[in-house]
Amino acid sequence: MKTRFGRTISMVVFLSIAWGSSAFGEPDGARLYAINCAACHGDRGDGGIGVPLSLPDFLSSVTDEYLFLTIRHGRPGRIMPSFQHLSDQQTRAIVRHIRNWAAGEPKLAAKGTPGDPRRGRDIFARHCARCHGPLGKGGTGTGVNFTRLHDQPVVAPGLNNAGFLAAASDRIIRTTLLKGRRGTPMQPAAKMGLSIQDVDDVGSYIRSFEKGLENGGGNSGAAAEPALITTSPLPFAETVERIKQAISARHQRIIREHPLDDGLSTGRAGGRKHLVIYFGNIRHINTLLTIDPRMGLFLPNRVTIMEQNDGKVVVSAVNPLRFRNLFNNANLEHTSREMHELYSAILGEVSE
Amino acid sequence: MSPARCHPGRAALFLLLILMALPVWADNLLIVRTHQPLASALENLKRSIREEGYDVARVDMVNIGLLGMGYTSSDYRAVFFGKAEELDELSRNYPQLVPYLPLRIAVFSEGDSTLLVTVDPSTYREFLDGAGDSAIFDRWREEISAILSRMTNR
Ligand code: HEC
Ligand code: HEC
Repeated sequence: MKTRFGRTISMVVFLSIAWGSSAFGEPDGARLYAINCAACHGDRGDGGIGVPLSLPDFLSSVTDEYLFLTIRHGRPGRIMPSFQHLSDQQTRAIVRHIRNWAAGEPKLAAKGTPGDPRRGRDIFARHCARCHGPLGKGGTGTGVNFTRLHDQPVVAPGLNNAGFLAAASDRIIRTTLLKGRRGTPMQPAAKMGLSIQDVDDVGSYIRSFEKGLENGGGNSGAAAEPALITTSPLPFAETVERIKQAISARHQRIIREHPLDDGLSTGRAGGRKHLVIYFGNIRHINTLLTIDPRMGLFLPNRVTIMEQNDGKVVVSAVNPLRFRNLFNNANLEHTSREMHELYSAILGEVSE
Repeated sequence: MSPARCHPGRAALFLLLILMALPVWADNLLIVRTHQPLASALENLKRSIREEGYDVARVDMVNIGLLGMGYTSSDYRAVFFGKAEELDELSRNYPQLVPYLPLRIAVFSEGDSTLLVTVDPSTYREFLDGAGDSAIFDRWREEISAILSRMTNR
């Protein structure tokens, strides 16, 4: 057992780590990076769930301001969180830390001439869409990690994205196109067979995404209930049977079942009956983990059947339309709607 | 600094407005990386959880058969933990929380390191829309943060 005092101490320790300050004075960029970024981008910026940050072609193509604004705004709907809670000073310390990975100042290409966004759209469709998505919303999946097939180590970022567009100047976009990013699938324009005019045209097309930005992109579930809940008209055992039939009828395999408090020391809470049933379909689970490995928090699927104090039998499941908002990943939109339908259908089999 | 070619000031203001209107793409997950292979990360995690006074209820597989599909690793677990009395009380009073309990941390490998992900417990307070006693979620956050930060140091 821990004392209250001990707990307070460990909290203070955690907070000071999270704060990343060396007691007094300058925030410690390395530490802040380790706590806030390393889980996704790797300790030395070599990438993971997030894109690599240490590649010379990347660091020489972007300004400190780009890094600063990217940290501040994140990339809505693209996993990369916004770090509004970090102060300017802390954010700058992280930027300095990232800068240490490559020597020299960034070298941006010269400003281009105003391009033709309509021509740019065609070029985008032909040369860019296969990686960045037809609407520039970005590729699906995450970077180098086990859920990723190794032929595609870095996922193409979303360009039709408020966070990207706010951070990237026209010159940064132009530099990225001209130079490409060695070490990632992003080729220089010349290698893709594009002329300088093409580069300026496609650049102005990317800028034109600003006009069409929807502020939302999958947030329709913000107010959705956290759980799907139904009261069964049947007694406990029959409800369990009915739920199992409903699961099997939908080509889902039951993976395991046990009481809700299984493994906890006193067990069998208050004599009420309860059971959780885990089920899934391997292909579906793997698809979801490929889109976002963090989804494992809610996999396999699960339904809980529980007797209430008043003897009523209640069946519940997570509401995918609510929990998907935890992920900042617009690519979960479709699958979370499918999951919602599946849960609703199963619960529907025992609704009054 | 200006993100636009023609009307820098206006475009910047426009973007600022968009960003302010952005959805609650809130970052509600806690994620940390530890430099241990999955097996020892799991052992250490279980120890850390117990040190915070919780029981480890179960360690379950999340993915079945990733290897067969061309993936390089199939190491993916979910560690469930909690306290029996807390679970009993919460599940009586807040049916909305039942599907999210017991608490869980997902653990998966990435190369030589292991990633740990969990829901930020302050999320549950949002789930209850301010109903009920939220002190418990603050305490969970404190304890889970301690568990995770211990993992990054181990
Ligand atoms: C083969 C896949 C592929 C193709 C084709 C491709 N890109 Fe990329 N692009 C990427 C990847 C991957 C990155 C991320 C590189 C990194 O991590 O630094 C990227 C990065 C970018 C970036 C920087 C975005 C950011 O957030 O850093 C821009 C701008 C860009 N691409 C524009 C284009 C345009 C315009 C085209 C077509 C002319 C194009 N790309 C074609 C894969 C591709
Ligand atoms: C939960 C995972 C996650 C965390 C935590 C995270 N990032 Fe990211 N980051 C990403 C992803 C994913 C992308 C690519 C977005 C896309 O695909 O559109 C990204 C993109 C970026 C980019 C743009 C890279 C480019 O090529 O233009 C920068 C810069 C960046 N992150 C910095 C950071 C920093 C600094 C931190 C810590 C303060 C951080 N990130 C924390 C996942 C994360």
